[in-house]
Amino acid sequence: MTTAITNVSRRGFLGQIFSAGALVIAAPLVPKMKGAQTWQPSVYLGIEPDGTVKIVAHRSEMGTGCRTGLPMIVADELEADWARVQVVQAQGDAKYGSQDTDGSCSVRDFYDTLRTAGATARAMLESAAATKWGVSPEECRGQNHFVVHAKTGRKLAYGALVDSASAATAPQQGAVRLKTPDQFRYIGKDIPIVDLKPIVTGQAMFGIDARMPGMVYAAIERPPVMGATLKTCDDAEAKQVKGVEQVVMLDLAKPPYGFKPLGGAAVIANNSWTALQGRKKLKIEWDLGENAAFDSAAYKQAMLDTARKPGRVVRETGNVDTEFAKDGKGVKILEASYYTPMLAHAAMEPLAAVAEFKDGKVVTWTCTQNPQAVQDTVAKAVGIKKEDVTCHVTLLGGGFGRKSKPDYVAEAALLSKQVGKPVKIVWSREDDVQFDYFHSPAALYMKAAVDDSGHPTAWLQRSVFPPIAMQGNPKEEYGGFQLSMGWTDIPYPIPNLRVENGPAKAHVRIGWLRSVSNIYHAFGVQTFTDELAAAAGRDRVEYLLELIGQPRNIDFSKEGMKQSGPNNPKFPFDTARLRNVVEVAAQKSGWANKKATPGRALGIAAHRSFLTYVAAVAEVEVHGSEIRIPRVDIAVDAGRIVNPDRVKSQFEGAAVFGTSIALMGEITVAGGRIQQSNFDGYPVARMNQAPLETHVHIVTSDAAPAGVGEPGVPPIAPAICNAIFAATGKRIRELPIKGQLG
Amino acid sequence: MIQLTINGKPARFEGDPDMPLLWYLRDDLALTGTKFGCGLGLCGACTVHINGEAARSCQTPMRVAAGKRITTIEGLSAAGDHPLQKAWEQCNVPQCGYCQSGQIMQAAAMLKTRPHPTDQDIDSTMQGNICRCGTYQRIRQAIKMAAGVQA
Repeated sequence: MTTAITNVSRRGFLGQIFSAGALVIAAPLVPKMKGAQTWQPSVYLGIEPDGTVKIVAHRSEMGTGCRTGLPMIVADELEADWARVQVVQAQGDAKYGSQDTDGSCSVRDFYDTLRTAGATARAMLESAAATKWGVSPEECRGQNHFVVHAKTGRKLAYGALVDSASAATAPQQGAVRLKTPDQFRYIGKDIPIVDLKPIVTGQAMFGIDARMPGMVYAAIERPPVMGATLKTCDDAEAKQVKGVEQVVMLDLAKPPYGFKPLGGAAVIANNSWTALQGRKKLKIEWDLGENAAFDSAAYKQAMLDTARKPGRVVRETGNVDTEFAKDGKGVKILEASYYTPMLAHAAMEPLAAVAEFKDGKVVTWTCTQNPQAVQDTVAKAVGIKKEDVTCHVTLLGGGFGRKSKPDYVAEAALLSKQVGKPVKIVWSREDDVQFDYFHSPAALYMKAAVDDSGHPTAWLQRSVFPPIAMQGNPKEEYGGFQLSMGWTDIPYPIPNLRVENGPAKAHVRIGWLRSVSNIYHAFGVQTFTDELAAAAGRDRVEYLLELIGQPRNIDFSKEGMKQSGPNNPKFPFDTARLRNVVEVAAQKSGWANKKATPGRALGIAAHRSFLTYVAAVAEVEVHGSEIRIPRVDIAVDAGRIVNPDRVKSQFEGAAVFGTSIALMGEITVAGGRIQQSNFDGYPVARMNQAPLETHVHIVTSDAAPAGVGEPGVPPIAPAICNAIFAATGKRIRELPIKGQLG
Repeated sequence: MIQLTINGKPARFEGDPDMPLLWYLRDDLALTGTKFGCGLGLCGACTVHINGEAARSCQTPMRVAAGKRITTIEGLSAAGDHPLQKAWEQCNVPQCGYCQSGQIMQAAAMLKTRPHPTDQDIDSTMQGNICRCGTYQRIRQAIKMAAGVQA
């Protein structure tokens, strides 16, 4: 971070958030990119003359706690009294740097800068007090909303210092004293989320709750198959529904689909329900186009076949073929195919937005993970400049990646432009499931040569899945950046290792879902590891540790990874940390003393994703076709933790999310149409199906903070499936488990 | 015209009697604490009390709500201090928070008839309420705390 933190008090453009008399600090949240034209200040922290500290939360709150955690970091270094901190949600604006709240990086990417911003403001207040008292600033310390001069016992409230501090220049970054961890007031402490009371009293505002005066409601009939075109639309009956005002046609999206609204026929009505009733009366004929031939069962088989054929090599060391050729002569060959299905996000809050197009500008309120993409997408859709789109960000009723893609917001804006009133769009659950950007289905093929002790001497793994890159190029068939998610970065030091990826073309919109490709990659690697351990008759934990190998920082560029970037010294892949979480999970779960009995056993899986090391032990009970999960233990090393209780909650939640993936989640397609539409066809884990107890064990670490929202998910499904094998002898190679037992 | 009581106050409705109570609460009255999640009674996000009993407002046409006493999350307690709301805060139950109105209303109705619920009671009563964030274990803990049952 090279750019300076500046004092931007008394600049008119801050008036929306801060009063004229406030001390306001602007800090860049992203390093200045090479070649960038201008520096954009991107976080604002202000102290009002009455002492109120306002901290702008520039990322979206979808349940991870970042709207509380990020301000905690600022408040800690500022030595603010948390009770006097007010969190202000940022609108979409490029000046904030990336606001795309995905990739589990809110704390990771902004921790250092937010600390520096808080410390800078504190230093300015200390300096202002020192001047007033005629003492050295070195003798003054910010302390819980006061500057204190210890020698004389004098103290001045922050609010009283705002006027003089705001006239000063911010100190050079290097001159600012950051706290040592033992001085942290909030970082590392459990702080309730700022929205807790509004949530439990029903007052919190989500996207679906946003209103604008004079708004009308819309429901859209979208093309049922990707690429379908409209033949005829008879809206006569729809218009006869009492309360329906009009039916508006929206242009159909053409590839590449990106975040474009899909288009279709929109029923405009006086409330949500009437709009939905009107939509039922539309009579539309579609020309379904080439994707009508898409059938997920045939596609699954084709992907499994592709996974058995040579693909693109993305990492290679040694020569697996030479080793495989020794089959029966000193080595034994083991191989397996795995499959994981398409998944929908199914956040509890369906997609929703209200937007008004007026005088060539759009104002919208919406539940978005990505307000700048809202600005982009809306601007392109209605033909205005990005700067003329104001995106207010509400709370999100879950996101899981779907709400990064603002097609639904563009729908509301386009409709408002056409009808001349603010328009609210609420997707039905059926819309939400059927017009998702789906998590890819994936086929995996694994093959190993093992020596007499059962240790692999050669390892081949090949994944096949339709890639997210289809959003930009519908013809793209290879995994690209997704391969670095738990696939090319397999940490086992096997002398002969080859990692491949095979082609698959998308026939539905593909997107990222909580932990993305790590879901299937971890399923393949961690299940196959368990298969090898079982074949060798070894204890699974011991065997897993043996495969991870001796503690080391992996240099993937020296271990055959193609196109590997420079090793990031801040976040090396440290196998000691991976080993440690395995050992902690084993110990805390009572692994050594809980030997498998028929129908009841433990299973383990470990995976690093989003720079965080996670091991999960699942305890399962199998009765016929019924599975219960009495307990899950998750050990986590995510580096320094800001709000431990929220981190725990993310991993408790990941255990449930992973249980849904393991037990029941599956989207299928016939004739190009999604066959599920609601929680009956697309079930997610309920209280009686979720793990009864999830124990989260956070490893104390002073390493740089890493991700927490997603990394809990990948090890859950393989841990459950490995436990099922230990309990029953039944190996689960395809998800979901539904229907495979009993 | 349909007359009913919402959170202790008289209310009237003159629209389509087939419209679900959910949309009357949300769109007409702006009582948005009651959430839409599925529209089929599968997820519990829209749970309110009708004459004191938990009901799915997305499955309750206005004609059925006629003459009834409706309580929503906004009317559960005067100051947001129902024992469940307090327990929910103490256990830091919510993640995104979207389903929690429905969860609290469902649990509140249960505690009226089963003031000291067992794990089985909690499972069978609460399994109709989906939480996609996966806060179930804390929901269970908070219910037990509010009920004074050993966790």
